[in-house]
Amino acid sequence: MTSRDAILGRIRAALTDVPSEERPQDVPVPRDYRRSHTGPGQDTVALFAERVADYRATVSRTDRAGLRDAVAVALTRRRARYLALPGGFPMELLPTGSWQWHTEPLDVPALDELDGAITLAAAGIAITGTIVLDTSPGQGRRALTLVPDYHLCIVGADQIADDVPDALARLDPTRPLTFISGPSATSDIELDRVEGVHGPRTLDVIIVEPSVSGH
Amino acid sequence: MSSRGVVWLGSPSFPDAARVALKDDQLRANLKRATGTIRDKRLTVAAELDDWEELRTAAEAIKNRTARHLDHYLVQLEESVTAAGGTVHWASDAAEANRIVTELVQATGEREVVKVKSMATQEIGLNEALAEAGITAYETDLAELIVQLGDDRPSHILVPAIHKNRTEIRDLFRAEMGHWGQPAPEDLTDEPRELAEAARRHLRQKFLTAKVAVSGANFACADTGTVLVVESEGNGRMCLTLPETLITVMGIEKVLPTWSDLEVFLQLLPRSSTGERMNPYTSTWSGTTEGDGPSEFHLVLLDNGRTDTLADPVGRQTLGCIRCSACLNVCPVFERTGGHAYGSVYPGPIGAVLTPQLVGVEQAASLPFASTLCGACYDACPVKINIPEVLAHLRAKVVEAKDGHTVEGLAMKAAGKVLDSPRLLGAAQKAAALGGRALARNGKIGRLPGPLHGWTDTRDTPAPPAESFRTWWRKNRESE
Ligand code: SF4
Repeated sequence: MTSRDAILGRIRAALTDVPSEERPQDVPVPRDYRRSHTGPGQDTVALFAERVADYRATVSRTDRAGLRDAVAVALTRRRARYLALPGGFPMELLPTGSWQWHTEPLDVPALDELDGAITLAAAGIAITGTIVLDTSPGQGRRALTLVPDYHLCIVGADQIADDVPDALARLDPTRPLTFISGPSATSDIELDRVEGVHGPRTLDVIIVEPSVSGH
Repeated sequence: MSSRGVVWLGSPSFPDAARVALKDDQLRANLKRATGTIRDKRLTVAAELDDWEELRTAAEAIKNRTARHLDHYLVQLEESVTAAGGTVHWASDAAEANRIVTELVQATGEREVVKVKSMATQEIGLNEALAEAGITAYETDLAELIVQLGDDRPSHILVPAIHKNRTEIRDLFRAEMGHWGQPAPEDLTDEPRELAEAARRHLRQKFLTAKVAVSGANFACADTGTVLVVESEGNGRMCLTLPETLITVMGIEKVLPTWSDLEVFLQLLPRSSTGERMNPYTSTWSGTTEGDGPSEFHLVLLDNGRTDTLADPVGRQTLGCIRCSACLNVCPVFERTGGHAYGSVYPGPIGAVLTPQLVGVEQAASLPFASTLCGACYDACPVKINIPEVLAHLRAKVVEAKDGHTVEGLAMKAAGKVLDSPRLLGAAQKAAALGGRALARNGKIGRLPGPLHGWTDTRDTPAPPAESFRTWWRKNRESE
């Protein structure tokens, strides 16, 4: 007998108290928890910005017209010059200046030489201050936002889900997903929080909102 | 029945180990600060969600549905992982799981693997098994690295090196890092920031060159074949993303029916565990992805005593545990004794119920008594595992196992060295069942009133240990 058969056999033998006609759906799961913890009429973009900043990531808000400037400001502040650029990233979002954009294919040693990576996102979660990447065009392979020490992420206001249930419903679980809530951190030494261990030690997030009329 | 790797062979019984731990002032101070800090953070972020109880109820129900139809969900998971390009293996016990992983590593021709913190691989003693086959496993979580460099044992599920202070860690890094790879800088101080930086440099080259990684899994969704690892440092992302081969060892109870069930657990786990709204990084993957991450993925499904646990309708709920460690941080016994006293990779209240079930009560007869039945663990548990109920149930089983002995006689044997007489213990149990919950409302107990004072008094009246940990470890090992 294979171990597979043995384990499945032991499971079935262990569950003699479960009636044979019971189907999984017959076991009730009460789902009267909230779909969202945002308040009625709450500004979820503001909430997202505040919660991301709670993790000591830097957040800025702009509209489409101001995006290139916001990118330039972030990169200048971080002194990041050599940047990984994912395939499918919209070139019109890039500021002109002394930055060098390195496009894929980039192997790990090449990524290790770069200052940072600039990407789009798949979703944001307001309540938890989380961004999610799913490796779609403009987001790059997972290594791209992992090996360089700096990550600049651009999220559209319309991509921000209120809360975890809503966000999971928007995401494709068959893609590799990375949920990011602030920079890498550890509290392993006397529970003192230290930002930055193995992942990018600096995270900047730019939220792009629809243009305000009269802007 | 073998010990299945779960318990540290030759460990003293809980009362003996606790007696020694209670005299360690440094340990108690570290623990008190740690558990107190996490406890407060957890309470704050849990209070942000006004439907916390509804989330707990849903989590309990999902885990109940999963357990009652575990065969169905495991077969479904196997199908979906296989369809996504992964390979599923089934391991009846620790030895089989170790053999499977060792052979998978050997097939790659590699002699080194990087590891993400994983309770399941600690449970089976994977690092030791790999070492016997000439393969070096590098722990990459900072706390696990500290434990590994110190040839030590983890003492907490979430913060395994919490028994060590910064100076001890600095000394350890200076003395040991060079033996494993990149040495620590000569002028390393004991600032946590510098220590974390030393760990980053020490492991960087390993991450960038590793060909094989071994991980555990927090969850796996049967419907989509999606596997998750929840972490903070990014060492998980490194292991899950950069190597060519990924081997994940997962207890069979970790399967969830659907992707959308995660909406409950991803709210409960980070808040219960580190006291954050969300942990810094969560990675998910389904099988393999062309051009991104490992090209080979193996999922090892581990039984190792879980089906025995499943067979007990009272004990079954223990399989719902998501290893958040909230129950450790509220436990007045854990706060005083630390994790090592439990003699197993699973310390604290969850260890007191899980370990005896995984290995058989006769192998860990004193653990069900390592509790005051105060109920704080039940209140804290995000999946509503009724740990006091399971403890009481296991105590009865211990009695049955020692056929012919009276409850008092057996209890005396199990706990007699801490609680001075059977009369005290019997009374203590009665008192604990009746009014004990009130004793530890803030997760703290001072000197206990009434029959339990015998236990708490131990901290102030140290008795000489019969023998040191090392001595009996060696002695008991040799008599194996
Ligand atoms: S028993 Fe509950 S509280 Fe304890 S570690 Fe498991 S899930 Fe967390």
